[in-house]
Amino acid sequence: MNLSIQEFLQHMTNGISLGSLYALIAIGYTMVYGILRLINFAHGDIFMLGTYLTFYGIIFTPIPWYIIFILAPALTGLLGLILEKLAYRPLRESPRITVLISAIGASFLLQNLGILVFGGRPKAFPTPTILETVLKIGGVSVAIVNFVIPIVTVILLIGLNYFIQKTKTGMAMRALSKDYETASLMGIDINGIISITFFIGSFLAAMGGIMWGVKYPQLMPHMGVLPGLKCFIAAVIGGIGNITGAVLGGFILGLGEILIIAFLPTLTGYRDAFAFILLIIILLFKPTGLMGEKVAEKV
Amino acid sequence: MKKNGLWLKIGILVVALIGLFVINLYLDSYKVKVINLCAIYVILGLSMNLINGFTGLFSLGHAGFMAIGAYTVAILTMPLEAKTMNYYMKPMVPFLLNLNLPFIFALLIGGLMAALFGFLIGAPVLKLTDDYLAIATLGFSEIIRIVFINLQSITNGSLGLKAIPQMTNEFIAGKLGLASRTNLLWAWGIAILTIIFMQFLMKGSYGKAFKAIREDEIAARSMGINLFKHKVMSFTIGSFLAGIGGGLLAVHLGTIDPALFKFALTFNILLIVVLGGMGNIYGTVISAIVITVAMEALRFLDGSMNFGFFTTPALPGLRMVVFSLALMVVVIFKRDGFIKETLEKVRGRYAKNQ
Repeated sequence: MNLSIQEFLQHMTNGISLGSLYALIAIGYTMVYGILRLINFAHGDIFMLGTYLTFYGIIFTPIPWYIIFILAPALTGLLGLILEKLAYRPLRESPRITVLISAIGASFLLQNLGILVFGGRPKAFPTPTILETVLKIGGVSVAIVNFVIPIVTVILLIGLNYFIQKTKTGMAMRALSKDYETASLMGIDINGIISITFFIGSFLAAMGGIMWGVKYPQLMPHMGVLPGLKCFIAAVIGGIGNITGAVLGGFILGLGEILIIAFLPTLTGYRDAFAFILLIIILLFKPTGLMGEKVAEKV
Repeated sequence: MKKNGLWLKIGILVVALIGLFVINLYLDSYKVKVINLCAIYVILGLSMNLINGFTGLFSLGHAGFMAIGAYTVAILTMPLEAKTMNYYMKPMVPFLLNLNLPFIFALLIGGLMAALFGFLIGAPVLKLTDDYLAIATLGFSEIIRIVFINLQSITNGSLGLKAIPQMTNEFIAGKLGLASRTNLLWAWGIAILTIIFMQFLMKGSYGKAFKAIREDEIAARSMGINLFKHKVMSFTIGSFLAGIGGGLLAVHLGTIDPALFKFALTFNILLIVVLGGMGNIYGTVISAIVITVAMEALRFLDGSMNFGFFTTPALPGLRMVVFSLALMVVVIFKRDGFIKETLEKVRGRYAKNQ
C-alpha cells in the first residue's frame, strides 16, 4: 500500500495508455452492435490481423514505418468490410443467435488462418526506435509510447466524432442505430453504411493493434482473443451502442486493471478476471451500461 | 406400434452394448480411445444442446463447468502418491490430500459440483438475454479458469494435474488373457443414459416448457410457464452433464491443466451442436461421433503431406481452419444444421423466424 507518488504516476500513465487502447478497440464493438445488434466476436482477431499486417509491412517493404502505420489499418479496414460481406450479410434476416455463431466461427477461422499463415511462434514487433525512447520527468520514467498512445487516441476520437456528428454518412449511421427499420425506409443505403461502419471499426482496431504492438511487442495469432473480450466488456460497461460510453468503459477497464495491481499486488494473478467480474456486476445492476438508454420490452 | 418402437430401441441398445464389449476387447487402444472420446462428446453435446438448443439460452460457459467436473474427479480419485508427486511447487491442502473416493462417486460429485456452480451462476445471469447471456457465461467460465490457475494448493495452478487414474478393463481383459485398455463401458454407459434421460426430459412437461421458452419467451410466460424456474433448471441440468463430461474427459486424458478449458473447448462443443442441429438429440449424437472421429482422422492435415512428386511443409492450424469453415458454411447455408428437426411442422404457417 505504501506507494510513492512517482510510482503512482507511473502506474497512472501506464493505465491511461492501456485504457486508450481498450477504448479504440471497444469503439468497433459498440458501433457494430449499435447498428446490427451483433457482438462481432471476430473483432479481436481483426485487431490481430492489423498488427500482423503492420509487422509484415515494416519487415518486407521499403515503405517507411509512419506510412505503414496508416496503410496497414486501411487494409485491415477492408478486411473487416469483407468479413461482414461474407459472414454476416447473408444472415441479416436470421435470428441473432445464428449470426453470433457465425461470428464465433469467423473468429476461430481467423485465428487458425493466423496460425497457418503467420505461424504459431510469437514474433517480435519491429518498434520504430523513436517510440522506444524513455523519458525521465521528475523521477518518473515513462516510455514515449505511453504519451503517444493517448494523443493518437484523442486525435482519432476527435476525427470520429466529427465524422459521426457532422457528415451525412455519420448522420445515416446514427439514424440506423436509433431505428433500423424506419431508417431503411427513408432511403438510406443500409449495406453501404454497414460496410463503412465495419471499415471504421476495423481501422480503429488496427490502430489500437499497432500501438499494442509497440507497447507489448509480441505478436501471436491468439493475441486478439483476450483484448477482444475485454474491449467488448468495456463497450458493455459504457453502454453498448454508445461511443462515448465505449471510451469511458475502455478507460475504466484499463485504469482499473493497472491500479488494482498497483495497490493490491497479491491479486496480480486475478488481473484478467477483473474485467469479467466488472462485466457481471454491471450486467446485474445496470444492464444498459453507464451511458446506455433503457429500451422497453416490446411484444 | 409404439411397443414395437420400444423393443426396437431396446434391441439397438443391447446390440450396441455387445458391440462395445467386443470392440473394447479386440480393437487397438488408440481406436478405443477415440471411441471413448466420442461418448464424452456425445454427453457434452447433449448437455449444451439442452441449454442452447432446447431452451434457447445461448450459453458459452461450458468449458468452465467441465473444468469443475474434471478437477473434482481428478482430485478425488488420485491416490496419495500421485498427489504428492504433482504438488511439488506448493503442497496440497491436507484435507484433500488424503481424500480418495471410488471413480463413480467422484464423478457424481464432480457433476454435482458443476451443477451447484451452474445454479449459483445461472440464478443471477439467466435474467439476461441472447448475447448478453453468452458473454456473461463466457466471462464466468474464464473466471473459473483464472481462479483455478491461482488456487495452487487445491488445483496445482497452471502446472495442472498428471497421472489421473485411468479406467481400464483390466479385470475382464485379464481373464481372457488380452491386453487391457480404456474401459469403454463407463463413458458409453453414461452417454446412453444421457440420451435416454434427454428423451424422457424432452417428452415430459419440463421439455415442453423448455421448448416453449425457446420459441417465444413472452408467449410462454403468458401461458403460465415460470420462466426463471425452467431456465435455471435447464441450466443446472446442463451444467451437471457438462461436469460429468469434464470428469470423464479428465480420466480419458489422464492429464489436465487450466489451459485445456479455454474457450476453444466450448467452441468444439458448439460445433457439434450446430452441425447436429440445435434442439435435436439424435443429430447431436451423430454429429458428436462424426466430428470426434473427423478431428482425429484429419490430424494429417496439420502435418506435412506427400503427394508423391511434391511434399507440402507441415501446416499446423489447417485442421481447425477446416472445422471453422465447416461451422460457418453450415450456419450460413443450412441454418438448422445437417440434421434438422422439422420445425415447420411445429410452427404455423405464419410463425416468425425469430
